[in-house]
Amino acid sequence: MDNSGILPRGALQSLLDALTDRGYRTIGPQVRDNAIQYLDLADVGQLPAGWTDDQAPGSYRLSRVESPRCFAWATGPQALKPYLFCSREVLWRAERDATGKLDFSTSQTNGAPVAIIGARACDLAALALQDRHFLGAIRDPYYDARRDTLFIVALHCAFPADTCFCASTGDGPRAKQGFDLALSELDEGFLVEVGTERGAAVAAQLPLQPSRPEQHRQAEQEIEEAAHQQFRQLPSRDLQSALFARLEHPRWDAVAARCLSCGNCTSVCPTCFCHAEQDVPALGGARTEHVREWDSCFSVGHSHLHGFVVRPETRHRYRQWLTHKLGSWHTQYGRSGCVGCGRCITWCPVGIDITEEATAITGDNWEPRGSA
Amino acid sequence: MQRPHIAVHKFSSCDGCQLAFLNAGEDLLELAQLVDIRHFLEAGIADEYAQVDIAFVEGSISTSEELTRIQRVRANSRFVVTLGACATAGGLQALRNLDDSNEAWKHAVYAQPEFIQTLDQAEPVSAHIEVDFELWGCPVNGQQVLAAVQQLLFGVTPLDPRDKVCMECKRQHAVCVMVTEGRPCMGPVTRTGCGALCPRFGRDCYACFGPAENLNTDAMSQRLQGLGLPPSDIARRFLFINSHAPAFHAAGRPFYREGFADD
Repeated sequence: MDNSGILPRGALQSLLDALTDRGYRTIGPQVRDNAIQYLDLADVGQLPAGWTDDQAPGSYRLSRVESPRCFAWATGPQALKPYLFCSREVLWRAERDATGKLDFSTSQTNGAPVAIIGARACDLAALALQDRHFLGAIRDPYYDARRDTLFIVALHCAFPADTCFCASTGDGPRAKQGFDLALSELDEGFLVEVGTERGAAVAAQLPLQPSRPEQHRQAEQEIEEAAHQQFRQLPSRDLQSALFARLEHPRWDAVAARCLSCGNCTSVCPTCFCHAEQDVPALGGARTEHVREWDSCFSVGHSHLHGFVVRPETRHRYRQWLTHKLGSWHTQYGRSGCVGCGRCITWCPVGIDITEEATAITGDNWEPRGSA
Repeated sequence: MQRPHIAVHKFSSCDGCQLAFLNAGEDLLELAQLVDIRHFLEAGIADEYAQVDIAFVEGSISTSEELTRIQRVRANSRFVVTLGACATAGGLQALRNLDDSNEAWKHAVYAQPEFIQTLDQAEPVSAHIEVDFELWGCPVNGQQVLAAVQQLLFGVTPLDPRDKVCMECKRQHAVCVMVTEGRPCMGPVTRTGCGALCPRFGRDCYACFGPAENLNTDAMSQRLQGLGLPPSDIARRFLFINSHAPAFHAAGRPFYREGFADD
């Protein structure tokens, strides 16, 4: 950790300006449509100063707090994922010329590099997992191009929501890696921590002042408290073997009775990467676009093989999601696919709680009938 | 090669779904090059008995004259494709089926009901003839209709998107109005196809595209009750546009009371 000093609250705009000067498109949190969303940010006046979020299973509400702080909230409906793994994009086009010859072209456009302000520890942990998927043995060029130029200003989280459990997954609330700069917000300003050389170059342009030890102590204390405030947690046992040993646990039916199979959980999950591809021909058939879009293991198409659907019922789909996310990810990516951001709990229209389901399914000594 | 012949027929409906063609702009001009439009009254082309490759049918079947006519459309068409909620699931006018109130409504609404010749039930086209493909929505949208036309012209079975509206909402980065505002959004049980139009403008989905696949109406009803909706409102959420769709009928009927008396 390289502490560079404190950026006075009134000088925060200098960070945006320094990034803009370097050609970045700056993205940061803002209140829009009753939620804190990561959108184009030109002026620090757009940040959600004095707002906080109250989250519960199936419920997200913003409210005002008496605070000068811009980051006195936990998570919005999305953070980094849509900026790297686009919800819908054209991968390639094909066009038929007058002689009937097909001409293929990729649609890859190199837009301005993106700088994201205010990424949380859970977002960075999720990003590392998305990297493992999209930049593994087969690199996805669309993701790669955006990832390569991404500049990240992290923010150590001091305001967890009731739905957060990053402390139990070991991913937060402190941002440990994967950032160019990291900030701790205090009432008077932002402690700046440098993570990369790129970050150091930007920090060198900021009107930083020397920070005092008590400011660092306060920041540390707030992060620690943010961990202690969390009351949800995933079971700390080996979930992979516990889940796969309980594929016929009656809880799968109980959760399926409540589950709408709507795909909200997977869409807001920062590590879910499933997608579907389809060709969208123009009328007349002379041109077509090959489109990739977010899919979900809760959709029928996700398990549709030739002639039949592997997972026709909700119990199969929920089980697929949970056993993959908390189980087979370990084999696939070397760790659990859950970073404890709690989005699937908040944005589930019926408030299904992944920590509660995982605890119920893996917690007892249930064994399939006849196995004894 | 002869261009495929198409027809657009209207039955009991508001004409709104036919606008999917008329509002298609340049695509309409291109479509006119690709096909021979033989019958489309709203566009001023009339040949009701034309033999066609594809007949698009808007509206439900609610009179005996319509019943005869839809059978003739079937006989004259290679493919019959329903266009919108009325043709696919009865539409608004099928609400009168809920309590067999056809006669009562006729007398309540019309000064001289003896001139009104209606069947006892207003029903989807599929209740009377075999339908090859159904396009849901009140109204359908242009892209959805043109995509189906395109795929039929290619000679393939059109894609039938049956996922929930929620998935499209998330792809469009619309914020969930149920989670943030407690609105009784029907997205979790409704099939996609509209482009999440209502939620993108801060409005709760009212299920106009009909039931999605693998929908859980019991959990949905419980959630609506949890949001404080009285039974009559829950009935309206399910029965409003697509009351004849079996899944919505089954979900809404227990909450429905004749005449929508006070709860």
